[in-house]
Amino acid sequence: MTFLDYAPAPESQAVLHLRDEYGLFIGGEFRAGGGTPFASINPATEKQIAMIAHANEADVDAAVAAARKAYTTTWSKLSGSDRGKYLFRIARLLQERARELAVAESLDNGKPIKESRDVDVPLVAAWFFYYAGWADKLDHVGLGASPAPRGVAAQVIPWNFPLLMLAWKIAPALAAGNTVVLKPAETTSLTALLFAEIVQQADLPPGVVNIITGAGDSGVPLVGHPDVDIVAFTGSTPVGRAIAKSTAGTRKKVILELGGKAANIVFDDAPIDQAIEGIVNGIFFNQGHVCCAGSRLLVQESVHDEVVDRLKARLSTLRLGDPLDKNTDIGAINSAAQLERIRTLSDVGEAEGAERWTAACEIPANGFWFAPTIFDNVSTSHRIAREEIFGPVLSVLTFRTPAEAIAKANNTPYGLSAGIWTDKGSRILAVADQLRAGVIWANTFNRFDPSSPFGGYKESGYGREGGRHGIAAYLQGATK
Amino acid sequence: MSRLAVPKTYKLYIGGAFPRSESGRTYEITSAKGAFLANAAKASRKDARDAVVAARAAVSGWSGATAYNRGQVLYRIAELLEGRREQFVAEIVDVEGASAAKATAQVDAAIDRWVWYAGWADKYAQVVGNANPVAGPYFNISVPEPSGVVAIVAPQDSSLLGLVSVVAPALVAGNTVVVVASQRLPLSAISLSEVLATSDVPKGVVNVLTGSPAEITPWLASHADVNGLDLAGAGDLDWVDLQIAAADTLKRVLAPEEVGQSLGRITAFTETKTVWHTKGLI
Repeated sequence: MTFLDYAPAPESQAVLHLRDEYGLFIGGEFRAGGGTPFASINPATEKQIAMIAHANEADVDAAVAAARKAYTTTWSKLSGSDRGKYLFRIARLLQERARELAVAESLDNGKPIKESRDVDVPLVAAWFFYYAGWADKLDHVGLGASPAPRGVAAQVIPWNFPLLMLAWKIAPALAAGNTVVLKPAETTSLTALLFAEIVQQADLPPGVVNIITGAGDSGVPLVGHPDVDIVAFTGSTPVGRAIAKSTAGTRKKVILELGGKAANIVFDDAPIDQAIEGIVNGIFFNQGHVCCAGSRLLVQESVHDEVVDRLKARLSTLRLGDPLDKNTDIGAINSAAQLERIRTLSDVGEAEGAERWTAACEIPANGFWFAPTIFDNVSTSHRIAREEIFGPVLSVLTFRTPAEAIAKANNTPYGLSAGIWTDKGSRILAVADQLRAGVIWANTFNRFDPSSPFGGYKESGYGREGGRHGIAAYLQGATK
Repeated sequence: MSRLAVPKTYKLYIGGAFPRSESGRTYEITSAKGAFLANAAKASRKDARDAVVAARAAVSGWSGATAYNRGQVLYRIAELLEGRREQFVAEIVDVEGASAAKATAQVDAAIDRWVWYAGWADKYAQVVGNANPVAGPYFNISVPEPSGVVAIVAPQDSSLLGLVSVVAPALVAGNTVVVVASQRLPLSAISLSEVLATSDVPKGVVNVLTGSPAEITPWLASHADVNGLDLAGAGDLDWVDLQIAAADTLKRVLAPEEVGQSLGRITAFTETKTVWHTKGLI
């Protein structure tokens, strides 16, 4: 028995009381959808978790109408302090049901329970607490006195952080006085539907929060609905581009949080132990299903060998397997389609001449899995250095001077995030100034906080979520 | 016998120089009553692209200048405009058919607007930036930065005030600008270029194209090296198509609107950068 062998420590699913099928949550009640229901499966076992309703255009109409009615008759008339109290209630209910939500998230998404339990769900509650407090302080957002809400928000979120992305979208929208129709990704609807139950328990006025489930054919009519005032989307750049086109000319407020190809820059004086952990966290957190993942490691030439060797050693200790096991570091890839994309791009990486190294770990028989992988000797023209892989795959490039690191880091149409590892404070400040990215982590990576604005430059989208900026987006500013 | 006047040749303003259109094309500018005033250059697709190249080259210098310096340079433009008030008034009287009083009011408002925006250069970051109290051992700060190159369709019904109202706010944050002037009222735009050329604004920071906005703007809207698109004066164009073209590279877009003066016009073409600085243990 080596020190890596360990006894299974699965989190109990007894806390979960799932239904066999879930409807759409419209006007405060669950109802059947007009489309054909679909199965949500556990990506670690490929077994069905529940049947999920599929919203058609009539359902989208009904949801937007419910949101409009709630906006006009109740929510926009409530005082800020009352809106805040509702949000505080939700935050408390989320905390009380935290374990259940974490188990459901890991079951449906495939992420390790230690991440859903220690990162996702605590942040979800924190997000509602943070924006609850803003609801009666809108005069201080920075848009002048008494900024008005915009109306009905259409919100479409991805599958990588299902409940957290819901919180990023719903909490500021409600605090600002808007009502929402939210569509989770089709592979990860479960926690959004549990959230709908929490909305009921909080006794939120019907129609303030509406959750519709389905695929792109449910999202397109939602985004395009003429009675929607705000469109907030987190997901891929191609879909974001399509949304920017379809909303052109409508004067809808659009917030897009799209793809990334973050550079994680390691200088030769970096605190190496922390840097190795940070690099691992940067790209292997959540199986690399992170838009701000540090997927391009830019390492100074003089420390390249040491960094790569230590990375390989560290990755060899990661445990891949059952997401519900408390020891698991790397969970399941969310879907067969995503696994295929990761495989395809990794094969391209090899074909283009980069050196592939994959951690030797056992892959379970069922489910979707991809072992942590590093590509060394990557050049800036390689597709694995340019395209978002959205998986546990790290591309390693080298540089000699800070200027070269900055040029390479910025050599991408994306601009979501970046990392800097160095012991020299003045260098951090200078490099951070030059990087064209919306979130920069110095000697850390993948940190999130409700008070901290998050969002991209360039083709990583526009608008910010989190902080004062995050709520300003949901209010009408005194402009022009 | 009265002296024979020496009329001015109105050209484009690209990269700090005053070229004619590479296409060799011009179009007639007439007074409100239809009398010939001047031939303005009719900019082409290539002129637009040249202007973007010049604007891109100027981004690092202008955005890298200190906010105090940018504010001073912008304020100096107001000083120089003040010295040329009579020239601008005369041009506006000619081309708009406005009374001297109305033309003067427009020029004065434009100068005052430059002064207002100039003063924002070293303040707006304090107003829209943040120190964020994150739950952890980090010093976390959000600051605004310029988006980069901004293409602008100037308001079409105003010679100077409309132009100043869109160009000045974009410059405050450190963006560089390619502006398509009013098609019918471009004289003030070129005269403003002369002011810019003799002030301390680095070459390429402002580039002025005259001609047909309907012809030129699509090339700017779809240009991959343009980061922002202000359609203030594009209300009579197929501006939805322009916004759709801009979506290909996810440009920041302002839809056509009445333009006043606001902090919002400065922040429209800025990006918020949030940096997490790890605090060490002591």
